[in-house]
Amino acid sequence: MSMVPTLLSVEGLTKSYGGVHAVRGVSFELRAGEILALIGPNGAGKSTCFDMLNGQNTPDSGRIRVMGQETTGKKPRVVWRMGVGRTFQITATFPTMTVRENVQVALVSHRQQLFNLWRSTTNFAREEAGRLLDLVGMGAYAERPCGELAYGDLKRLELAIALANQPKLLLMDEPTAGMAPRERIELMRLTAQIAREQSLGVLFTEHDMDVVFEHADRILVLNRGTLIAEGSPEEVRGNAQVRAIYLGEGLVYDARHREGAHA
Amino acid sequence: MRGYFVGAGLAIALAGMAGPAMAQSGEIKIGEINSYSLLPAFTEPYRKGWQLAVEEVNAAGGINGKKLVVISKDDGGKPADAQTAANELVSSENVAMLAGTFLSNIGLAVSDFANQKKVFFLAAEPLTDAITWSKGNKYTFRLRPSNYMQAAMLVEEAAKLPAKRWATIAPNYEYGQSAVAVFKKLMSEKRPDIQWVDEQWPPQGKIDAGPVVQAVAAANPEAILNVTFGADLVKLVREGNTRGLFKDRKVVSFLTGEPEYLDPLKDETPEGWIVTGYPWYAIKTPEHDAFLKAYQAKYNDYPRLGSIVGYQTIKSAAAILAKANSTDPEKLIAATEGLQVASPFGEITFRKIDHQSTLGAFVGKTALKDGKGVMVDSVYRKGADYLPSDAEVEKLRPKD
Amino acid sequence: MAFYIVQFLTGLASAASLFLVASGLSIIFGVTRIVNFAHGAFYMLGAYVAFTLTERLSGALGFWGGIVAAALIVAAIGVLVEMVLLRRIYHAPELFQLLATFGLTLMVEDLVVLIWGPDDLLGRRAPGFKGAVDFFGQNVPSYDLFLIVLGPVVLGILWLLFQRTRWGVLVRAATQDRDMVAALGVNQKWLFTSVFALGVFLAALGGALQIPRDAVNHAMDLRVIVEVFVVVVIGGLGSIIGAFVAAVLVSELNAFGILIFPKISIILVFLVMAVVLIVRPWGLFGKPEAPARRTPGLTVNPWRPLTTNERFAALAALVVAAALPLFAGNYALTVGSEIAIFVIFAVSLHFLMSVGGLASFGHAAYFGLGAYGIAFLAKMAGLPMIVSLLLGPLLGLLGAAVFGFFAVQLSGVYFAMLTLAFAQIVWSIAFQWVSVTGGDNGILGVWPEKWAAGPSHFYWLSLGIAALAVVILRIIVFSPFGYALRATRDSPLRSESIGINAKRIQWTAFVIAGTTAGVAGALFAYLKGSVFPDNMGIPLSVDALVMVLLGGVETVSGAVIGAIVYKALNIWLVSQTEWSKLVLGGFVVLIVVAFPKGIVGTLESMMNRRGNSTPAKPAILTSRIETAE
Repeated sequence: MSMVPTLLSVEGLTKSYGGVHAVRGVSFELRAGEILALIGPNGAGKSTCFDMLNGQNTPDSGRIRVMGQETTGKKPRVVWRMGVGRTFQITATFPTMTVRENVQVALVSHRQQLFNLWRSTTNFAREEAGRLLDLVGMGAYAERPCGELAYGDLKRLELAIALANQPKLLLMDEPTAGMAPRERIELMRLTAQIAREQSLGVLFTEHDMDVVFEHADRILVLNRGTLIAEGSPEEVRGNAQVRAIYLGEGLVYDARHREGAHA
Repeated sequence: MRGYFVGAGLAIALAGMAGPAMAQSGEIKIGEINSYSLLPAFTEPYRKGWQLAVEEVNAAGGINGKKLVVISKDDGGKPADAQTAANELVSSENVAMLAGTFLSNIGLAVSDFANQKKVFFLAAEPLTDAITWSKGNKYTFRLRPSNYMQAAMLVEEAAKLPAKRWATIAPNYEYGQSAVAVFKKLMSEKRPDIQWVDEQWPPQGKIDAGPVVQAVAAANPEAILNVTFGADLVKLVREGNTRGLFKDRKVVSFLTGEPEYLDPLKDETPEGWIVTGYPWYAIKTPEHDAFLKAYQAKYNDYPRLGSIVGYQTIKSAAAILAKANSTDPEKLIAATEGLQVASPFGEITFRKIDHQSTLGAFVGKTALKDGKGVMVDSVYRKGADYLPSDAEVEKLRPKD
Repeated sequence: MAFYIVQFLTGLASAASLFLVASGLSIIFGVTRIVNFAHGAFYMLGAYVAFTLTERLSGALGFWGGIVAAALIVAAIGVLVEMVLLRRIYHAPELFQLLATFGLTLMVEDLVVLIWGPDDLLGRRAPGFKGAVDFFGQNVPSYDLFLIVLGPVVLGILWLLFQRTRWGVLVRAATQDRDMVAALGVNQKWLFTSVFALGVFLAALGGALQIPRDAVNHAMDLRVIVEVFVVVVIGGLGSIIGAFVAAVLVSELNAFGILIFPKISIILVFLVMAVVLIVRPWGLFGKPEAPARRTPGLTVNPWRPLTTNERFAALAALVVAAALPLFAGNYALTVGSEIAIFVIFAVSLHFLMSVGGLASFGHAAYFGLGAYGIAFLAKMAGLPMIVSLLLGPLLGLLGAAVFGFFAVQLSGVYFAMLTLAFAQIVWSIAFQWVSVTGGDNGILGVWPEKWAAGPSHFYWLSLGIAALAVVILRIIVFSPFGYALRATRDSPLRSESIGINAKRIQWTAFVIAGTTAGVAGALFAYLKGSVFPDNMGIPLSVDALVMVLLGGVETVSGAVIGAIVYKALNIWLVSQTEWSKLVLGGFVVLIVVAFPKGIVGTLESMMNRRGNSTPAKPAILTSRIETAE
């Protein structure tokens, strides 16, 4: 275990809004090839935590290091260039472009060609884009307008975009929200496979406990801004404090997902 | 696909404009341009004036037997559009000369166009001194008394006032600036003892009259020079009356006696202002009577100064064309230099030296009569008497 | 001391007039997101109708009744406009409603002259408020005092309306999140109509109340509209209190500013706005705008470069256009040159607006800078034409680089208004710095050299440069940079998280667009032989916006058609009819209704529909929206 390098190390992350502690003293580590879930009830501080990790939000105190480099307070675009890919709870893609073009833009950025005014983009890294799309199972949709995609496909596309800069770390905010149960399983299986093959670290938040317990190597439980449990799925499942928090809430999540599946 | 549209669109758009109109023999065309849509209050009476003149010219047998036709275009108050119109008139309509314009910058733009394209241009109304002096050119003549001339006429009266502390209010653009500058210069020459205690420069058309009136009042001048006109003047007068700015103060004001600007003031017209203008009700000369009768008969309305300018522009143009008996610009210029023409204000001359006409203006005082503003004690000032010496003009004007 | 207090009160009175009109605009914008260009027209109509009513009705009751009745009548006209016209285009691309209200404004300007005649009209003084009150030897008009009281009263009534009524709660909710209110099952149609009615009522009331102070005339709308927009933006869009504070701020700064700098009025509001927006990007009381909510469903057909056939067609069209001198006269050729120049100008703005999603309200600044660049080089430095043509636009580049840097820090309407402020600042420099720029008399005698002087030669030159500009901008659209720019427009969130520095990309785009506009301005200077501050004025900026919207903001080069149609029609109408604004305005309104995506945009979707028989997309896709974290 100690041979595997630490990808992400978080120490004492703290953020408060107007006196309310959204996140308080959160510390954890993530190793290459590891899939780590961050869970907790609504308002536990998951999103705040996540936003600080990729630079959308600045912590009041604490340190974040990616592969030993300090990223605390750095802008998302800088964090991305340090090898951190991200997907969003509500997908953020470029609706006026084709699926392939969505990935091509990310490749343009990765290859530092953003200020190239002359070349045609149509053939820019076309194979690479195709390969990434094949990887997430979207190869057949390459020429489709992104705005026409079904939601599950958009999530896959986001994954392809996030992989374009060959990241070492993937941050996925509720990757399966709004998806049908079958799609969820597929997407997480795919993510796990990619993580293993490319020895990526994955950190994700998730409401669906089935997904969490099936795919996470380790789980972090956040409540009211503090980390209350950390460990393997078995350990977390057996944790009395976690059970107390989640008692009754499981039903809520189930209902939410049924709703989401029809959205 | 889009590129296809480019060409097709251009072609379609231009097809309608293609091909110069054939000049019909037996006609002489004048191309006329003015800011009809921007300044209807001034240009509508102006239009009526020139239409009357066209009628009279043709009734009297036209120009050496040819019918006079005026083709009129709107410039929307934009110099660039005025040039487009000028180009259309010259290239498509084959007009013998250009005439008109109200705003100074448009007059200058058309004057520059005329100079470049070698077309004769009779500027009707623009007041800027530049059009005959610093930016004068051989193709351009101007009818209306210039800024300098009106300033000189007003200074003559203003210098007689005992007032020593003066403030100025003028619209913040070239006309206002040069009116104030000339007035100050001429005034200071005659009265080295006076002091300029405040100046206000509200943006043209956007005066915030309350603060301006207050600011002037705070400087406590004995007399005020006003150059604002139109809606700005109305606001200034209303605020000034209410706040007592004009009480016990002399006011000298450019153009305020012109019916265009005086009439909207109705019963709020301030009394005793020394103004230039056009008291059509008080002019008792045969020339003006004839004009007034014809105008009222045709339009059932009284004339404004614009009517005189429009009328005299076309009357002058007709005289020029008749004398030149040609549409060649060089011959038109030769005919105009030194030409004497009759006008409702008496005979005027187009000066050879700077192409300025000697049309004058009336100077008088404002008064209230039957709830309306009028000019009283007004005297016609001949333009020729209020121009600098020939030697000075020579220095002001570039050589042709 | 008394003087300063009176000056302060005078400023407050001006502020009250401004606030009435501004509050209406702010409410309308806050809820419907319509940039209501016609707000000034409603203000003017209020004054005209009130003039007629107060002249007919006698006594104090007749006067005040006439004022209120006028505002109600104009509000009813507003409701009609909203129901007949605006409702059809709420789902059109952003800013398209601006086009409709612009058309209306043009029509109203001619209509009031047709109905009420060309003369300035002097209305009655307000009964009971004719005189002045003595304040330590200074006279304060009692009508000013009335206005000073009225402003806060209206503010209070509006506040109660928004805080204490269900309708007000809905309006506030809609101001913050339109889609949410729609999702709550509120009848959005009537909410919008009622909001529009209230806004127009306030504008008309503001106009009607000017009767005792102003002369009613047909230019009132333009005098007020820009200033009111500025006040609304300084205060923060949708914030009524903000509008009030901004009105007071601007009026007081003006009242005291003229004591020290008598020429300050012309530029003051724009300076204040520029400073406020740079320091507080959402105005004094505004909240950060929720990220622009686009309905992606409108543009699901991704752009693509021309096919080979289309390229040949484009080339053929260019050849046809180039053949014009064979059969057209000098005038047609000069008009052709002018249109070609406006094609360049329009495509430069189109690039910024449609590719970059940055709608500039002050694009004429860079056009004008290009023109002045030429004038300086040709007149003062005496450089030959070719050199001038190459160097002149650099002034546009410089301006765009400086102003663009600040402008791209903002987005949406705030971006638009900051560009407007910069354009006005540049304009006022050209206007005021007489010794260098000649002031409003401009710089004359900037004519082309002999080789380009003939109408056909100049036409070919303009056409060639226009074609080149269109081609180059298209290449940039499909270049990696173009994609990056579109990425920043489509999703700021996603583009940032794939390493794109949106501000730098947008700044570069701003400079490209500004330089291209400068090229157009440079040619324009030679076409007209002169340069005036007009060349950077607001009307020209608006013209460019109209051309882009007319062509279709969601197309790659729709502005080309927009420019040709609008400019050709404009020139033709001005030449043919006295009521060109009425006809042109009517035409614009018709186009808006008939071509809700702009001319080219609508044609494209018609062609797509014919060539594409795939069933409609799932509803979810057209309704999905991006939200920020």
